[in-house]
Amino acid sequence: MAIEDDVLVIGGGLAGMTAALTAAERASRVRLLSYKQSTLCHASGLIDVLGYAPDRSGPLVDPFDAIPDLPQGHPYERVGTDAIREALHFFDAVVGDAYRGAHTDRNALVPTGDGTVKPTARYPASTAAGLASRPRATLLVGFETLPDFDAPLAAAHLRETGVPFETRGVTLQFPGIQRADATLTRYAHLLERDEPVDAGAGAAPARTVLAEAVRPHLEGVSRVGFPPILGDEHHAVVRRDLEERLGVAVFEVPSGPPSLPGIRLERLLFDALEELSVRVTTGVPVVDYEASADGGRIEHVLVDRNGQRVPYRADSYVLATGGLVGTGIDSSRERVSEPIFDCNVAHPTDRYDWFEDDAFGDHPFARFGVTVDRELRPLAADGEPEFANLRAAGAVLGGYDYAAEKSGSGVSLATGYVAGTHAAAEVRG
Amino acid sequence: MARDTEVLVLGGGSTGCGVARDLARRGLEVTLLERGNLTHGTTGRMHGLLHSGARYAISDQASARECIEENRVLREIAGHCVEETGGLFVKRPEDSADYFEEKLRGCRDCGIPARVRSGREAREIEPFLAPDIDRALEVPDAAIDPFRLCVANARDAEAHGARIETHAEVVDVLREGDDVHGVEVRHESGPGKRVHRRSGSTETITAEYVVNATGAWAGQLAGMADLEVAVRPSKGAMTITNVRQVDTVINRCRPKGDADIVVPHETTAILGTTDVEVDDPDDYPEERWEVDLLIDRLAELLPILREARTIRSFWGVRPLYEPPGRGTEDPTDITREFFLLDHRERDGVTGMASIVGGKVTTYRAMAETVADHVCAELGVRASCSTADEPLPGSEELEAAMDDFGLRSPIARRSRQRLGSRTRDVLETDEPNPVLCDCEGVTRAEVRDAIAQSGTDLNAVRIRTRASMGNCQGGFCCHAIANELHPAHDEPVVRAALDELLKERWRGERHALWGDQLSQAMLNYALHATTLNRDRDPARTGESIDYGAFDRGQTGDGAGAFVGEKTTDGGDR
Repeated sequence: MAIEDDVLVIGGGLAGMTAALTAAERASRVRLLSYKQSTLCHASGLIDVLGYAPDRSGPLVDPFDAIPDLPQGHPYERVGTDAIREALHFFDAVVGDAYRGAHTDRNALVPTGDGTVKPTARYPASTAAGLASRPRATLLVGFETLPDFDAPLAAAHLRETGVPFETRGVTLQFPGIQRADATLTRYAHLLERDEPVDAGAGAAPARTVLAEAVRPHLEGVSRVGFPPILGDEHHAVVRRDLEERLGVAVFEVPSGPPSLPGIRLERLLFDALEELSVRVTTGVPVVDYEASADGGRIEHVLVDRNGQRVPYRADSYVLATGGLVGTGIDSSRERVSEPIFDCNVAHPTDRYDWFEDDAFGDHPFARFGVTVDRELRPLAADGEPEFANLRAAGAVLGGYDYAAEKSGSGVSLATGYVAGTHAAAEVRG
Repeated sequence: MARDTEVLVLGGGSTGCGVARDLARRGLEVTLLERGNLTHGTTGRMHGLLHSGARYAISDQASARECIEENRVLREIAGHCVEETGGLFVKRPEDSADYFEEKLRGCRDCGIPARVRSGREAREIEPFLAPDIDRALEVPDAAIDPFRLCVANARDAEAHGARIETHAEVVDVLREGDDVHGVEVRHESGPGKRVHRRSGSTETITAEYVVNATGAWAGQLAGMADLEVAVRPSKGAMTITNVRQVDTVINRCRPKGDADIVVPHETTAILGTTDVEVDDPDDYPEERWEVDLLIDRLAELLPILREARTIRSFWGVRPLYEPPGRGTEDPTDITREFFLLDHRERDGVTGMASIVGGKVTTYRAMAETVADHVCAELGVRASCSTADEPLPGSEELEAAMDDFGLRSPIARRSRQRLGSRTRDVLETDEPNPVLCDCEGVTRAEVRDAIAQSGTDLNAVRIRTRASMGNCQGGFCCHAIANELHPAHDEPVVRAALDELLKERWRGERHALWGDQLSQAMLNYALHATTLNRDRDPARTGESIDYGAFDRGQTGDGAGAFVGEKTTDGGDR
């Protein structure tokens, strides 16, 4: 006998979790299946809605000015402006104080790890004090053993972008880290537990030693930025303590993978799933499905558990398996495909037409994904829904280039929200 | 008239670097000019095979004998550039048994150790060989790192007084009547290049003798002296997989053909190759059919290649040359021999010779021939020492080597790359984090390479292998570029980074399916989404109205913005 649920969400990233949370507020039995670690661990933790228009103009001050002009087929065009706003409200309510930016429609400009700035709609509280659109003299602090973030170079780059404030950078030794190959969580835990470290003058708590090392470089600044390693679960405490010791605001500069802010967001959402009693099954891939006799509905999906194919049945399904990165979209030398339901993925036949010769060109591959109707049901090549009870959300959708637009998290939230809503409505109906 | 240098060597590939080393060791004053970084032309674009000679044991026994001889020399003098993989010539049921026997006899005739293995024995050596491979010939093929080899030759030349100039393009050859006496060179320096002199400056360098070692470009170069050298450039495609499916060089045992070799190289395997004549060695199509052919054809030997993750493809141009009158149509039939063209004897023009044809395996012998000729022309009596003196890094390794505070696989890999220079490079009091995780390259190694090659990060790449693994630099290019700071300012670092990213993308484009397309999207997302490198205002030159964007709220942050001071006269 199959495992039974009302709504089954496949994929544990931002879109999948949002869909599951939305559905769980409206239906009783919701399950989320995830296979591998979600791509949130690669993500900066910022919630971008739309930073640049598809014609690459921008940075956009207000994403909602540009959204009505998006081309047909863009996920935002599919769900509509109201749904995007609702989804953002929903997100704001779920994450509470952990995120900022809800007070305005305008994008903020956030400094990045290499000293560029990028537009974003919501940002972790740990990033809030550091906005590049907030003019305050800034010190960036990097560490010898964390080579991804070169603070003096990032500061120089920020100056080149024309930020309206003074900025300097300094590279220090991180107290208590001897080995150059310590993991990021090691740094975070040292600070979070305030472990005693020996900085040459006897043992002292890590945060005290770090603050003392930074203090001589503060002159004239009112905020200090660090790589995003200031604590793990209790990062707010770490940051507050450092602010008190230094007498200036403290913030984290978002970075590439592995990214603690992304992991912190994942944890927040998982806690919310638990609170709403969503059943979460991890570490198992969906490998196949069974359709109804007429092929119009999904009867159940098959999950691979140590070589056994176990059926999971639900009234409706949400496909949130990610794009090329999360392997919700797969490819071979011959074709691009959606591997679970083989939903139609439009693409040029010659793989040499999948990319542009410029590394940051307008790559067709960045737009690969399933095409959907306004209820987010994947459409077959003939324009009809593949299945009546399947919806798709997040990066598995085609028709937008989230990297160029800076729209990835926003699309995941909005489409996750809409897919979850429709999936739950189908149960009740 | 006093000349600026005694010998000008044009071309920084294996031949040019070998000639510079040889002549410098004989006490001549040498200047080498290379228009890109070292290995920029053909040497950096080969499959990394150190021939045993077996490949030529039937068709070209003179080459075969020379190969096995040089193969033995290089194992001695370039230990840290050579991996002794061994090689197999494998036979499928449909391949000719007569040819197999002939190959075996040929090897024996040429003094190439060869041993017949059954199909089962061959699969014990390489388990991924196809089950129907019925016989194999085991020969002493090996893998060679052409980058490391070239750099080591150049370093040794410098140690013996040579001047090595990279990013220095010859724009004219100075000829007066029937005598060549120097060149005019343009130094392409500045951001992203070797920052060492004024960008775009030109220099006239006169010399007693000029050696044209520009390989596939030898015709163009000779043309600047109104001389004709009919090189027949021929392109070959190579595809790189992300792991080593084999630890032995695998050749297909049949007369000739495309896609018949797999060479294990460091952490990867290189599939080769095709052979198509091209008009211009700088501009030729890189075609999809070539990539597909390599995978499909070589999967007949190693079925696992059908599902392999390939990380990029690249093309090289062979400097083939055919003496006048042979009229060979098919480039695969053109000889792989090398030819020293003495323009005095051939064209009545003194002061210059061109070296064409040949292959990396015999680069040292080619260099010796050239150096002998130059010495004879200049009346210098000095003998060649390059077959006996180890290259820098290949001197005997110290038995007891510290681990330099690195995890042992990283230290071991660094040692393989650096050879006897390991201690000099890695011994540092500063933290030495790994910058490139895929290849295990540390900061100290990158800094050492920067000290040698300046801001050209592709020159750093070929010295260290940084950015050459699975992620193709997606996760490490910026960390490598960071090391240029603060010696170089931010715009220079940015330009150097962009150039490295561009070069990486060039090869990745040919491997965009499956896992590597996922990787490409991840790299794109990291650089564009997270870092906004594609729309960086510093790059686009756009001026941004920062004041129009969200400035956050008072009270944003963890606490109440403790002590935050404003620089704009108030918290608006």
